[in-house]
Amino acid sequence: MSDPGGFGPDLVEVFGPSQQDGGPELVQLLTPEGERVHHDEFDHDFSAEELRGFHRDMVLTRRIDTEATALQRHGELGIWAQLLGQEAAQIGAGRALRPQDYVFPTYREHGVAYCRGIDPLDLLGLFRGVDQGAWDPKDNNFGLYTIVIGAQVLHATGYAMGMQRDGVVGTGDPDRDAAVIAHFGDGASSQGDVNEGFIFAASYNAPVVFFCQNNQWAISEPIERQTRIPLYQRALGFGFPGVRVDGNDVLATYAVTQAALQRARDGQGPTLVEAYTYRMGAHTTTDDPTRYRMSDDLEHWKLKDPIARLEVYMRRNGLVDDQYFADLKAEADELGHHLREGCKALPDPQPMSVFDHVYTEMTDELAAQRDGYAAYLASFEGAGH
Amino acid sequence: MSTQKVSTGSTQRITLAKGLNMGLRKAMEDDPKVLIMGEDVGKLGGVFRITDGLQKDFGEDRVIDSPLAESGIVGTAVGMALRGYRPVVEIQFDGFVYPAYDQIVCQVAKMTFRSQGKSKMPMVIRIPFGGGIGAVEHHSESPEAQFAHTPGLKVVACSNPIDGYWMIQQAIACDDPVIFLEPKRQYHADKAELDESATPDPLFTSRTVRAGSDATLLAYGPTVKTALKAAEAAASEGKNLEVIDLRTLSPLDMAPVFESVRRTGRAVVVHEAHVNLGLGAELSARITEECFYSLEAPVLRVGGFDTPYPPSRIEEEWLPDLDRVLDAVDRSMEF
Repeated sequence: MSDPGGFGPDLVEVFGPSQQDGGPELVQLLTPEGERVHHDEFDHDFSAEELRGFHRDMVLTRRIDTEATALQRHGELGIWAQLLGQEAAQIGAGRALRPQDYVFPTYREHGVAYCRGIDPLDLLGLFRGVDQGAWDPKDNNFGLYTIVIGAQVLHATGYAMGMQRDGVVGTGDPDRDAAVIAHFGDGASSQGDVNEGFIFAASYNAPVVFFCQNNQWAISEPIERQTRIPLYQRALGFGFPGVRVDGNDVLATYAVTQAALQRARDGQGPTLVEAYTYRMGAHTTTDDPTRYRMSDDLEHWKLKDPIARLEVYMRRNGLVDDQYFADLKAEADELGHHLREGCKALPDPQPMSVFDHVYTEMTDELAAQRDGYAAYLASFEGAGH
Repeated sequence: MSTQKVSTGSTQRITLAKGLNMGLRKAMEDDPKVLIMGEDVGKLGGVFRITDGLQKDFGEDRVIDSPLAESGIVGTAVGMALRGYRPVVEIQFDGFVYPAYDQIVCQVAKMTFRSQGKSKMPMVIRIPFGGGIGAVEHHSESPEAQFAHTPGLKVVACSNPIDGYWMIQQAIACDDPVIFLEPKRQYHADKAELDESATPDPLFTSRTVRAGSDATLLAYGPTVKTALKAAEAAASEGKNLEVIDLRTLSPLDMAPVFESVRRTGRAVVVHEAHVNLGLGAELSARITEECFYSLEAPVLRVGGFDTPYPPSRIEEEWLPDLDRVLDAVDRSMEF
């Protein structure tokens, strides 16, 4: 690259090959080889129970993803947004939440949904085409999946502003203080709404954690098309801290997200967490990544598999035995059965129901349209076709 | 010819700007969940002073001066509504609503349906609309059809100070999102007598504001005044025009319209928005479907031409005025 002419470091220095593994700023507590490493700022002690919990969550989340992908291949789902490879980013973030915190997901946050206690079967309806989100956001403080890229980041910021007005920020009461987490991806970081969310959150010091899973690909567009600096560094320009964490390291993701959420709950404002990860699957089941990325890339990231590294660590330290894995496999199989049988049994909505809930109360003109359609349908009864 | 009940309470003469300001104040007093948000709505009181004095009395947490980003304003208001607040957002001018269009159409309008009623979106989006104020580009537009075409939104337009006072309160009390259009040319134009103890008409109803028998003029927002003037002029020529202030654009309240057109046999729609695919097209279709055998002439439309809004020195030629309305009435009568 040519001389930048005194306007700062050469871009290759900040966004060059050295970034491929996340760069020197990457917060990591568990290496891809399963070595526990320490970090000055974000270290955290995990009990054996917690480690097994993370592992179990990731295995079950991967099973949700695998089953849903298979259901799409069998024609039971119209489409599925896969999360393969992002289990640690989602479980780490999901387990850092307290019940009073609130989540604004994209349409890929199946692991976070699972952490919030949503029945994974409820996630399938949208992809099967029987609903647009079956759960009540108020039940688990988990918003509906948002499909317009980045739109929910503003909703998260506004929700956090509402929390400020409700007096549930910075009181010092751990059961009361709350925060919001906004999920989005590297592609969304280019959206105006995401950047406006950053600006509003900074301006009002809103208790929101911007959790960006940088999985390197926005369908076929590589991260280099979205940004010329590491995403977490953008936070500085908005006036709040940014951290890049190894998104394939569930321990580091948990520790960093937990710290960011606590900062927000304490009234210290927003944080950008860039979970550096990789979309090992396709964007969705309709996508074909072989058209735009090298298989070498995938092989490289397979070595950093989020589940494998924790498994190595737990085995090496005697935290698990064969019975643990047998029990977990049985649990995953049961979950798979639940999803397969449950998906096929999901009822189609009634065509007449489309008129319901357009408004909180049906308008007279919509009721007239519904009645006209009902009369039309009734005209076929007994007509012999 | 208002149907509002006569009351003996004390009255005062107010402008539309004052009516809206008083209505907002009343809504904020009545419900602590009501918030106002927008550009310059706080200390300045809005560029049209509609929120004048509200931040001083209700504080910066309830009257929120926002960064200059319309999508951000509406998008964060979505989050506040999900948290249980009733945000009233101000879009500074009609032509600046488009950065928020995605949030309005894809999120605000669809949240109730998406959640099958589990989440509500009680939000009011106030938009000063219409032309005639000598402004530069983007400050004089009439985007109502773009919102009326969107299921999930309700769209209303006030035309006078008294409606401004009541309708803004009713819109805020509505559990559905309401696009609230304010004819900016009328903000400080005319005064009317407000009786705060009166009972207002329901929000989503049209109102016959002048009785007549020869033809029906349908108007809303800024063109109600134009239509009334036209009716007055026509009266001097012996033509008796009925004028209906639609007030609600989505849903439409067609019953008074049908009743009127069945009597007069003629209808002329008057709006500032472009005629092509505007509200007039929908009104024409519905009148034709319901009143076909009563019609003596096709429904005619008088509106802005199908061009971008013009430079202000020729806007009075571009906007529908008394003469163009009367010309349409003549064409209808002669059909």
